[in-house]
Amino acid sequence: MSYVLDETILDLKGVSKVFPTPGGQPRTVLENVELTLKSREIVGLLGRSGSGKSTLLRIIAGLGEASGGDVEYRGAPVDGPADGIAMVFQTFALFPWLTVLQNVELGLEAQGVPPRERRERALKAIDLIGLDGFESAYPKELSGGMRQRIGFARALVTRPNLLLLDEPFSALDVLTAETLRTDFLDLWCEGRMPIKAVLIVTHNIEEAVLMCDRILVFSSNPGRVVAEVRVDLPYPRNRQDPAFRALVDTLYARMTSGSEAPRPGVFPGTGIGMVLPAISTNLLSGLIEAIAAPPFKGKADLPDVARSLQQTDIIPIAETLQLLRFADLAEGDIRLTPAGQQFAVAELEHRKEMFRQHLLFYVPLAAHIRRVLDDRPGHRAPTSRFQDELEDYMGEDDARQTLRAIVSWGRYAEAFALDQEAGVFSLEDPR
Amino acid sequence: MLARGFALRPTVVNRWDFVAVPLIFGVLVLTVYGLRGMDVPLGAVERSAISLDRAELPLYALYTTLRMFAAMLASLVFTLTYGALAAKSRRAEMILVPVLDILQSVPILGFLSFTVVFFLSLFPGRAIGAECAAVFAIFTSQAWNMAFSFYQSLRTLPDDLQEVSSSFRLSGWQRFWRLEVPFAMPGLVWNMMMSMSGGWFFVVAAETISVGAHHAMLPGLGSYVATAIAARDLAGVGWALATMLVVIVLYDQLMFRPLAVWAEKFRFEQTAGYAAPESWSLRMLRTSRVVAVLRRPAGRWLRAFATARWLVPRRRNAATMISPRTLDWAFSALLALVCVASAGLTIRFVATELDVREVVRVFGLGFLTLIRVVVLIALASVVWVPIGIWVGLRPTWTRWVQPIAQFLAAFPANLLFPLAVVAIVRFHASPGIWLSPLMVLGTQWYILFNVIAGASAFPSDLRDAATNMHVRGWNWWRRVIVPGVFPYYVTGGITASGGSWNASIVSETVSWGDTHLTAAGLGSYIAAATDAGDYPRIVLGIAVMSVFVTVFNRLVWRPMYAYAERRLRIL
Repeated sequence: MSYVLDETILDLKGVSKVFPTPGGQPRTVLENVELTLKSREIVGLLGRSGSGKSTLLRIIAGLGEASGGDVEYRGAPVDGPADGIAMVFQTFALFPWLTVLQNVELGLEAQGVPPRERRERALKAIDLIGLDGFESAYPKELSGGMRQRIGFARALVTRPNLLLLDEPFSALDVLTAETLRTDFLDLWCEGRMPIKAVLIVTHNIEEAVLMCDRILVFSSNPGRVVAEVRVDLPYPRNRQDPAFRALVDTLYARMTSGSEAPRPGVFPGTGIGMVLPAISTNLLSGLIEAIAAPPFKGKADLPDVARSLQQTDIIPIAETLQLLRFADLAEGDIRLTPAGQQFAVAELEHRKEMFRQHLLFYVPLAAHIRRVLDDRPGHRAPTSRFQDELEDYMGEDDARQTLRAIVSWGRYAEAFALDQEAGVFSLEDPR
Repeated sequence: MLARGFALRPTVVNRWDFVAVPLIFGVLVLTVYGLRGMDVPLGAVERSAISLDRAELPLYALYTTLRMFAAMLASLVFTLTYGALAAKSRRAEMILVPVLDILQSVPILGFLSFTVVFFLSLFPGRAIGAECAAVFAIFTSQAWNMAFSFYQSLRTLPDDLQEVSSSFRLSGWQRFWRLEVPFAMPGLVWNMMMSMSGGWFFVVAAETISVGAHHAMLPGLGSYVATAIAARDLAGVGWALATMLVVIVLYDQLMFRPLAVWAEKFRFEQTAGYAAPESWSLRMLRTSRVVAVLRRPAGRWLRAFATARWLVPRRRNAATMISPRTLDWAFSALLALVCVASAGLTIRFVATELDVREVVRVFGLGFLTLIRVVVLIALASVVWVPIGIWVGLRPTWTRWVQPIAQFLAAFPANLLFPLAVVAIVRFHASPGIWLSPLMVLGTQWYILFNVIAGASAFPSDLRDAATNMHVRGWNWWRRVIVPGVFPYYVTGGITASGGSWNASIVSETVSWGDTHLTAAGLGSYIAAATDAGDYPRIVLGIAVMSVFVTVFNRLVWRPMYAYAERRLRIL
């Protein structure tokens, strides 16, 4: 067997994914994605939620099919789950009725590995990942961090060449995530894991910079690689290192680039067909207050404010503020608009009033709902009407999410009310 | 501490072995003994060889129990195949699910007359035919809800576990035993227990088979009671009741309880922290060394069985099976044709002897029975909901009352019916009114124990909050606890009302010796037709009852259930 040091593990050419929507207009989730992964590389896919990066990971894992383009794993097209590709899930995806050992052995059972060898390999993987002594425990007896260790052991035991990580640390608390990440990088750097390459999906910019050799930044609507950033810092990487900070800043800038608002592409769709993120008004006012307060005083570096709020996924919140014109985003910085400044110091009633004006003025769907309600004699309209209307532009789930977002904003703003039971929008809440 | 289960400990017997070994071998010997006694010529059974000798009772109890387990086994096999088929094939789903829905609400006792004829002709001259008919009758009372629960579990498999299974390329077989069956297990076990409870009622009814010219008395507790009733032997009925009591307690301790505790480990919620129920027999099976030694090869074998690489998924390009719309249409059209044809056939069959006036009359009888069901379920609710809540909020009481309620639900209430006849005759009461309570005699307990379960699951922080805000009296009932237990009440109510319809077939006509009491209603209509072997009337009666049950479920229980699911489910 010839051994090549920089063997190409994965090769994606022009991969796209299109989902049909009930409205008939197909939605492009991934467009023309190019990606090559060499051995000894950790590559990160960085993007906001909904940018199709998880979809891409599932295509590579053989769990979904691309609508177009080629996916090749070590020179052969991927046409279903391939031997040599293993995945670690955000939700751990452990079988609660199997013990730690049995969970780890599962992949080997599927390959028909004989019991004795199965047991030996599983114990070795458990040992490696630091779960020694927990072999006969059930997942529900363990903490989140321990559970994800099972997830790693289960993936490693099949001796994959390529390890896919789907936001593996995002369901863990900050401290646990840090420990697990460090342990993983230790094993990786020492070459103690059988894997040749790692592909990690994340929305956490610092995590990407901590772990990856290369980071591909995804735009959303449709998902596309908009930038490739190489990280040449040696492991272990230090968050306080100025070079590290600079890279994080660059990535924040890339992810929020092109700041003239409202710019196309932040939220998929336009007009009333815009897919809105389900961000609570608490988070919105929380971010405004944080930026208004010292040390930021109205203008903040996104990574800094993200850290001070302990919020890894701050970009959608920032973008919603931008949509409502309470803030401007530029090059990884967020700056409150005069309206945002005013909002920060206002009383609750006044805040609601401001929020209502901005909502109705800048969010087309809110204005649309309000107009329909004003026009109708009883000032009532069924939610299904808007759900159907939205489904002309987007998928059913997106439509539901958008409606949920607009309902929560509309309720806070007292712009309109919703009788959830009857599924009817109206102008006034029953008093 | 977390013990390492695979570390081999020296195999020494412990005290549990002295319980486990005799028990296990006892069960084995009894099974063989019982099975041998069942294969006899039919003549022996038809000549009514039931002896009222008290010493025969344990043997009869054994026969009855074996029938129950045979039916449970059949139901399990049916569930795993039918449910899996319905969940995995879209086309099969189109037929199987509606069929199941109807079968669930059809009066099972009505089936008896058809299946008896079928099975008797299958094994001419052998009692095994009658046995099969009885087992089948019990099967029809057990299988549907189990299959439904399994199907629903398969439809709600967690996405991530499905993805893991595909990404490891588990074979279809491995997936079934590693993912699908375990995930469905808690629901399945719960439904098995419900089915068993219902089953005792039917086993008692199914052992004395008499359809037209066919009379068979299978040796068992049910026919013992029937014989005792015919002979007006009150003490005999009493002894049979006592035996039944023992059997149900044993069944609860040796099977029901350990199964329920064992199934806990398949619960998908990834949180630990609530007290798991206890079962001494499961502890015995887990602790006994002898069992452990026997279990090791069995475990290996089972695991090899579950992990066999059968039905390996095909690669994608080989498996691109497109289901074209035209095929769907053809399928639906065929289905509609079959439905229309069978409906036509049924109508023609019924119309050979009966006319529209008869149909109208039967619907009238249906309304009489409907009124009974509604009034009695309402009465039972008024009585048992407050009591259930009171008990459920007091853990010490719950621990005592809950098993009793479950026991009462399992106890075949039809064994008690003769006592009602004695009482009604003694007090010259009207059978039309006083036979009615028999319908809910066995089924009201479903309401009680579901409400108890609901009240004990009611979150203590909500209770504390209510106390803290001084919510008291009527307001507390209306705003706090009743909405809290409502979803549970509806579950119990559905079971109770379905059971009551079924029970009407045996409770509207009751005898004691040669005293026969009848209340006008759909149940007694079906019972009379079955006795006379009048098939058009049986078909008509069953059809009308199915219509009543289905419509009632759709119009009353289904909306209530949907409402409870939507608004009142406490997460």
